[in-house]
Amino acid sequence: MSEHVLSSKLSYGIWIALMVLTVVTAGVATIDLGPFNTIVALLIATCKALLVVLFFMHVKYTSEKLTKMVIISSIAWLLILLFLSLADYTTRSLHAS
Amino acid sequence: MTIEHHGPELRHHFSTAEQQRDASSLGMWLFLATEIMFFGGMFCAYLIYRLNYFNEFAAGSRSLNLKLGTINTIVLICSSLTVALGVRAAQMGKRKLLVVLLILTLIFGLAFLGIKGIEWNEKFKEHHVPGASFDASDLIRDYPQIHIDPSHEQIYFSLYFAMTGLHALHMIIGVGIFTYLLYYSWKGLYGPNYYTPIELGGLYWHFVDIVWIYLFPLLYLIDRKPLG
Repeated sequence: MSEHVLSSKLSYGIWIALMVLTVVTAGVATIDLGPFNTIVALLIATCKALLVVLFFMHVKYTSEKLTKMVIISSIAWLLILLFLSLADYTTRSLHAS
Repeated sequence: MTIEHHGPELRHHFSTAEQQRDASSLGMWLFLATEIMFFGGMFCAYLIYRLNYFNEFAAGSRSLNLKLGTINTIVLICSSLTVALGVRAAQMGKRKLLVVLLILTLIFGLAFLGIKGIEWNEKFKEHHVPGASFDASDLIRDYPQIHIDPSHEQIYFSLYFAMTGLHALHMIIGVGIFTYLLYYSWKGLYGPNYYTPIELGGLYWHFVDIVWIYLFPLLYLIDRKPLG
């Protein structure tokens, strides 16, 4: 699957991007953006995670579709866990009143 | 039927080295999928309690050491770089470079655990560890603008210790795996024909890095705005 060799230039590029995003996320947190603080923090974290998965974990270069299916379905399971749990907990107060 | 000649690294139940590598890699990704659900349960608990007790989560988050947290994130990113370069070195058969990069990875990993230990030590001294000696009076004093319930504050710190603790446990296991990989890299077991253990160890290390990439904003950056 990963016959592909990641060039060292690209590795350093991803590393610099990850470092910059880390400093940005810590900096942006000190600015008051209202509810967008959390959204921006999670967006930056997801960008960082994508960089790691696609390049460092070679997923961008894999020809094996099964690997991609495993990744996408595991994220789907996680979202089912989070969303269905929230669907319960965030609506409980509706019945209390 | 032709008999293929191959090195000892190819097990006889696989037709080709590529097939063997694909099978190992798929197995590793399936393991990581179970790991996502393992951590996912904690992230779910975090989400539910954060929605209910936001004030306590914000105050707890402010009490964490942002400087050390950011440094630790950077340390972990550096370790991910050395792992990625290590996989490349193994693929290209550069044994010495691989050994150096694995040693660097171990140093970064141990540095992360050391810094985490300092942070935990701070929390113990501040009586922010859930239990009988838990004391949130310093937070109540520091943030008079927001109402803080000490019992809800304990939930934040329970999740903080559980999540960073589980992550640290994964780091300790990672250090073990990489010590093993270092030993066999030193012996010259890995090269262009066979580098699967390095690749799979790398996938594990990167996964643990990704968990921290989410833990950092969720635990440290909940509310860092200047209080008006």
